[in-house]
Amino acid sequence: MAADKAPSFQDLILRLQHYWASHGCAILQPYDVEVGAGTLHPATTLRSLGPRPWNAAYVQPSRRPGDGRYGENPNRLQHYYQFQVLLKPCPDNLQELYLGSLDAIGIDRDLHDVRFVEDDWENPTVGAWGLGWEVWCDGMEVSQFTYFQQVGGQDVDLVSGELTYGLERLAMYVQGVDNVYDLDFNGAKGADALSYGDIFQEAERQFSAFNFEHADVDMLTRWFEDAAGQCKALLALEKPLPLPAYDFCLKASHIFNLVDARGAISVAERASWIGRVRELAKGCADAWVASERVLFEGAA
Amino acid sequence: MSELLFEIFCEEIPARMQARAEADLARLLGDRLKAAGLGWKTLTTFAGPRRLGLAITGLPLKTEDVREERKGPRTDAPEKAVQGFLRGAGLDSLDGCETRDDKKGQFWVAIIEKPGRATVDVVAEAIPAVMKEFPWPKSMKFGEGEKLQRWVRPVHRLLCLFDGAVVPFEVFGIVASNITEGHRRHGPGPFEIRDFAHYTQVLREQGHVVQQREAREAIILEGARKVCQDAGLELVEDAGLLHEVAGLAEWPVPLLGKMDPDFLDLPPEVITLTMKTHQKYFAVRKPGEEGLAAHFVVVANQAAPDGGKAIAAGNARVLSARLSDARHFWDNDRKTPLDEMVKELGKVTFHEKLGSVADKVERVAALARELAPIVGADPDLAEKAARLAKADLVSEMVYEFPELQGAMGRYYALDQWRAAQAPSGPSGATSPMNGGGQNGDAPRLPPLAGEVGRAGPGSKGGLDWATLCEADAYAVADACRDHYKPQGPTDDVPTAPVTIAVALADKLDTLVGFWAIDEKPTGSKDPFALRRAALGVIRILLGGKARMPLAPEIKQAVWELVRPNFDEPGKNWRFHDRCKHVPDGRELGEPIAAEGQMDSSSHRRMGRFQGGLMEGHQIFKEDWTAACLADRPSCDEIIADLLAFFADRLKVHLRDEGIRHDVLDAVFALGDDDLVRVTNKARALQAFLDTDDGAALLAGFNRAANILKSEEKKSGETFDGAPDAAYLAGAPEAPEQALIAALEAARPKADAALAAEDFTAAMAALALLRAPIDAFFETVTVNADEPALRRNRLLLLSDIRAAICAVADFNRIDG
Repeated sequence: MAADKAPSFQDLILRLQHYWASHGCAILQPYDVEVGAGTLHPATTLRSLGPRPWNAAYVQPSRRPGDGRYGENPNRLQHYYQFQVLLKPCPDNLQELYLGSLDAIGIDRDLHDVRFVEDDWENPTVGAWGLGWEVWCDGMEVSQFTYFQQVGGQDVDLVSGELTYGLERLAMYVQGVDNVYDLDFNGAKGADALSYGDIFQEAERQFSAFNFEHADVDMLTRWFEDAAGQCKALLALEKPLPLPAYDFCLKASHIFNLVDARGAISVAERASWIGRVRELAKGCADAWVASERVLFEGAA
Repeated sequence: MSELLFEIFCEEIPARMQARAEADLARLLGDRLKAAGLGWKTLTTFAGPRRLGLAITGLPLKTEDVREERKGPRTDAPEKAVQGFLRGAGLDSLDGCETRDDKKGQFWVAIIEKPGRATVDVVAEAIPAVMKEFPWPKSMKFGEGEKLQRWVRPVHRLLCLFDGAVVPFEVFGIVASNITEGHRRHGPGPFEIRDFAHYTQVLREQGHVVQQREAREAIILEGARKVCQDAGLELVEDAGLLHEVAGLAEWPVPLLGKMDPDFLDLPPEVITLTMKTHQKYFAVRKPGEEGLAAHFVVVANQAAPDGGKAIAAGNARVLSARLSDARHFWDNDRKTPLDEMVKELGKVTFHEKLGSVADKVERVAALARELAPIVGADPDLAEKAARLAKADLVSEMVYEFPELQGAMGRYYALDQWRAAQAPSGPSGATSPMNGGGQNGDAPRLPPLAGEVGRAGPGSKGGLDWATLCEADAYAVADACRDHYKPQGPTDDVPTAPVTIAVALADKLDTLVGFWAIDEKPTGSKDPFALRRAALGVIRILLGGKARMPLAPEIKQAVWELVRPNFDEPGKNWRFHDRCKHVPDGRELGEPIAAEGQMDSSSHRRMGRFQGGLMEGHQIFKEDWTAACLADRPSCDEIIADLLAFFADRLKVHLRDEGIRHDVLDAVFALGDDDLVRVTNKARALQAFLDTDDGAALLAGFNRAANILKSEEKKSGETFDGAPDAAYLAGAPEAPEQALIAALEAARPKADAALAAEDFTAAMAALALLRAPIDAFFETVTVNADEPALRRNRLLLLSDIRAAICAVADFNRIDG
């Protein structure tokens, strides 16, 4: 692909947003709680449950503290972006729609080989799994394509189709760049040109140092307990509040990732931390589905 | 006679599931057609990324009419009986019945006529049922209400034609039609189809889809060879990979891509596996040279207008990123000498009840030492190799690619040996890699400088790297790589003595360990691959480079398992009498041997251990309870049970060779635990049984054995031992004299042949008995009126039986 015609990083996002908006998706903004993957945005995790149809797309920054490399690895980041699409119920032609989105971002499918290769997605922390593929473009994994089957330990009422585009990787592919920090961010020339590195490399350095060296484990451990406690309390109300409870579940999950990155959790303890987060997520999912049913049946 | 064509058009079916799905479809639909009474001429299945189907030729248009007669009560039977009979036959009245007569009188016969069904109806019923019960390894729910489906991925179309017309049915809310689709880019269609020949032609010419898996494999193999050949290169063929990529493309187009040559200094196994596992590429080499070329073959799913240049270039970039990861592991691993990795093995669990890999290594090292002299290996080398063989399990490369276990150990072992050989720097030590540096223009291994003094202290095995000559270093390194062999029924069997010692020790330890904790394979479950381990031992032994009775080696392996309790009382395994023992003073009975009474020399302990202490004893974990104690097998039980397991595996192994189960049973019945001897004897026995002499001798043996059995039952006597001397010297009838003479002649010959393990000669000696036995039974009456004569004749038969059974237990042979 000719690099000069390729979309910039921000243009890639704009094109995807435009494409999916034109196919009936609400374009949401990133969720304002740290998450490890775009799937954890309540617009996917919670909205994929319950009887109400839902079509949405959004960019979500994802944080994986353990993946930080102090801004030195050309492929690894502790903070990166995913573009997430959720269509519920899944239309029959989601594969065709997805391929159309590749056309929209300028991938010439006559010249490039797009393939659906088996990859079944699973996220044990939120008790979710589905069947699908990783999508390869000339051997590069550019997206995950999943038909949700279970979320929060529950069978879904309506099967959702979920698409996750790894934006940095996709941009590196379309721009023909080997180092993520060299990505053209804004497509501008000369003094106005911004690379991905201009914006994020220093953040990668600082957050890697924080994640691996300076995060206060005692404080985080307390926060984890507090977040878990608040989540449970909200779920234990006579009229539970699953949405705020889920925020605290996400906070607990991110805190766990931070403590884990500090190497402060032994193998045996690890399973117990994960189990606690899963239990919170399941509680949120149960409460959410119950409230959705009341709304849905009330409306019907 | 007509043709059925059926195609399920769906989203991408995982490549690994396609072959099974074809077989399942053929079986499930075939069974239903057969159950309806339908036969056919040919059945062809096909599968690809987006379709699964079959074509059946020679199906009749309808099933046969069936007329069934069912006998009923007598015509004068009470009304109730007649009514019951009619109900059972599914008839309303006696109109559908006839009367018949027999000796007892007249009775009713119901005539049940089942007219044939139209085949199209059978198919229309069978296919939805098959689809609903289809056994995908993983399936998913899709759609809702009437369109709810459960399949491997969403289904979009069903094409079904019988005798040129659409078969009317509906599954998952999809109505069967005569329409299919082709390749997404090259010819999506849709296309109307008339029959299978038309389907194949339209898909190929307009749809750009090759629906037959085998045809795609052939296209890929031929194309991949050609793109290599055109560049003066050679494809590294890989049947498993070929199978997989054929499941990923409808219109396969092999392309040659260029790999960054800087990566050629990585071990070829690492490059090949990175390509295969992560990217599904074939590796490429230069003809006649070892190692790899800086190329790869990727199989695209389309013919691109630029000849695939962009596709090849894109794939090359991805490969570079993958190989950079591999290089990172390789560089990191080599910062730690193998001797240091060994120390990490204590942290790797082998099995929670059998301890860490370090514990296993201790046992295997001791066992390999014991086995070394038997297989012609140096015990020190065998022990050293055993101690190092598992070390690479803690390497980053093996963590990433478990398939490289052993192979990496070999590289890291040679690396360490070279470091110890070259205290002053690289000094031209040659690389173990054959990574395409043949022309001298490709990069070699990084220099070994800086690794000086890195080699750790000599291992516990006592041999120091610095003192090993090159041949010994390679023997140790090769054992690291090859001691896992043979991995499957077609994998090579190791032949190097040090490797054999470690391979046998490793497998025997695994088997004995899992037997001791009672984790034997059951049915289709064999999570620890114990059948494979046993088959490995069998194939190594039958390979001819190692020969031994198994029982003592199994016993030795059990000893290694319990030895830590003797060396360090109170740790790990304990060893006690089942009925009376006192561990830690807890009262269950009397101790047989206090640990303090054990001799210090392990050999003498071994003597005591084997010389009786073992009998009826058992081993169990420290946290034993009286209850679990009762479940633990004793050493003898382990040996007997494992030998039986080996016998079973040997039977399965030799079945392919055509050796019958009963023949092996007959040989095993003599209690021989030397599998080489058992196998040779079984082969000779089966060959003998296939001759006229053999068949006739077996018949004679059975006759003698049956007479003895029935006479022993009648009289309550047992006939065992030789006849009287007087009878032997002067038996009344000529045929029995001849038989006595033949037995006297045959027996020493058979004995001598057995001792020399010339089993063909042993069988030939037995064959000498055939004619005299036949003649004996023809004229001699065994049950003579005179009791003494009868007894002597029976004893003669018993003696014959004994002579034959000394070769093999003919009682166990069928026929």
